[in-house]
Amino acid sequence: MIHARAVEKRYGRRRALRPLDLRLERGGFLVVTGANGSGKTTLLRLVAGLAAPTGGELDVDAGRGALGYLGHEPLLYRDLTALENLDLYGRLYRVPERRERIGMMLERYGLWEVRAERVASYSRGMTQRLALCRALLHEPELLVLDEPFTALDAEGAELLDRQLAELAGTATVLLTTHEPARVEPLATSRLALA
Amino acid sequence: MNYFADVAALARKDLRLELRARDTLPAMLLFVLSTLVVFHFALPTGADEVAAQGLLWVALVFTALLGLARAWAPEREGGALEGLVLAPSDRSAIWLGKSAAVFVFLALIELVALPAFALFFSPLQAEAVLGVLLANIGICAVGTLLAAMAAASRTRELILPLLFLPLAIPLVVGGVGASVSTDPGRYLMFLGLYDAVFAILCWASFEYVVSE
Amino acid sequence: MLAFWVAPEDADQGISQKIFYFHVPIALTAYACFGFGAWKALRLLWKGGERYDLESYVAIHMGTIFGALTLATGSIWAKASWGHWWVWDSNQLVLFLVLFLFYSAYFMLRFSIEEGPRRANVSAVYALFGVALIPVSFFAIRLAEDFIHPTTFTRDGPQMTGTMFFAFCVCWLAITLVAYTLYRVELLGKRLDANLRELREILTT
Repeated sequence: MIHARAVEKRYGRRRALRPLDLRLERGGFLVVTGANGSGKTTLLRLVAGLAAPTGGELDVDAGRGALGYLGHEPLLYRDLTALENLDLYGRLYRVPERRERIGMMLERYGLWEVRAERVASYSRGMTQRLALCRALLHEPELLVLDEPFTALDAEGAELLDRQLAELAGTATVLLTTHEPARVEPLATSRLALA
Repeated sequence: MNYFADVAALARKDLRLELRARDTLPAMLLFVLSTLVVFHFALPTGADEVAAQGLLWVALVFTALLGLARAWAPEREGGALEGLVLAPSDRSAIWLGKSAAVFVFLALIELVALPAFALFFSPLQAEAVLGVLLANIGICAVGTLLAAMAAASRTRELILPLLFLPLAIPLVVGGVGASVSTDPGRYLMFLGLYDAVFAILCWASFEYVVSE
Repeated sequence: MLAFWVAPEDADQGISQKIFYFHVPIALTAYACFGFGAWKALRLLWKGGERYDLESYVAIHMGTIFGALTLATGSIWAKASWGHWWVWDSNQLVLFLVLFLFYSAYFMLRFSIEEGPRRANVSAVYALFGVALIPVSFFAIRLAEDFIHPTTFTRDGPQMTGTMFFAFCVCWLAITLVAYTLYRVELLGKRLDANLRELREILTT
């Protein structure tokens, strides 16, 4: 699914990611760890297609419509409600049976009660949960998650644990985390960035 | 067609956001009216009716700038622009949807500003109004793209006027010409030409403005 | 270099004409630089390749310098021919004023974005807008003649005889060569800078 050879990323003089080799097969679950500034976020952004590598080769066998990304920012409109946000993304991602799917996701992540409230009024944990809904709404084949547990509350983290366990094996997952022990049982490969 | 469905969804989103926040439109409205009043005091007595027409265009351009400065603000706040870029839809649809929304805002403002102008200064010909509409297209198309460029810059609010004004000069020429000339058709055609050239350029190049 | 000093002397018709030999080639060269810069910008967006960003930037830098020179020489010409340091009648001059504003904003834009592909892409798109603006502005200024200023000055249209034309062409060629040389020099300088920095980095890490 993902083939990377000597992939690196520089912003002018600043080197954000040192040359890296990576291979992740379909259905794989790769856990990336590393100190802050080691390039974890950059790597994920490259895989997601938000940035292009400045060196090496990167092949990601998933189109934009098959990719779900969760970054440090929720990628949501603060002044829209959960429903409106997901409806917009649902349309852009051509999600079939959009309303049902949105309803299901909101319920599963405990956001159904607040579905008609603006995201600006949400707590950090709730926002992250909604961001997760956004990332998973279109049932992506490739999930790219950048420290998904960090902003989640305890309940949200449990929900994510369950979701990841469900997805492992069917979807391909690439995630970074500061607590690898949590996802250890699901991991098929590990990568530590210096 | 999917493309236009995307554009519509995006434009609707912007309209909904403005309806909810209600910060940009009232500000633009107040600004344009205040500017027109300032112009009344800035024009010495005996000044041309023609000069006043020119000032209308100054007011419109600067009011548009005010609105454009905030055009991408909702996308910046939650990082939503990346969300849009990640989506499988064409990146140019993001630009088109946003431009369409900005066009609606500007048109709404003009719905008040033009009658106000006619009231304060002199009545407007049909050609002048048509000129305003055509110039609007150019302003919104180019302005939206330049605002996206400015968003990538450190000096966001400072740089947008610098980028926008040189490109707005032909629009002002076309608009004023349509208002005062004896042959407005030429100017209207010119505005159409500007719109065509720059809209196509914007449509094709927006992808690069938001990509890394 | 010598050629373009000698030729105007030959065709001595007063300073107004002499300036013409500089002014127009400089203007044409500025256009060429902007066009070249836009071409490199297009290559960058189309094919990718960092080198095009630098080449586009240097070309536009050259273009802006020559644009400023066009305004300066044009102003001198205006003073010599009509007694005013600035005339709105000269379409050429007004066009360059607009372009100068536009390309000055290019540098402000470029230096306010962090180095990287974003800066390269945005600069390139802006450069493309520049070349689109050139003809559009030109038409706009032509159209504006109708209602901006009545033409009270007669254009000092250069009707050139054979030798004058030859002198003009020599000048033009010379100035183009100067521009190209400066372009290569600046490009080389910037590349050396970049290589030096890279070397320093490698040696210190």
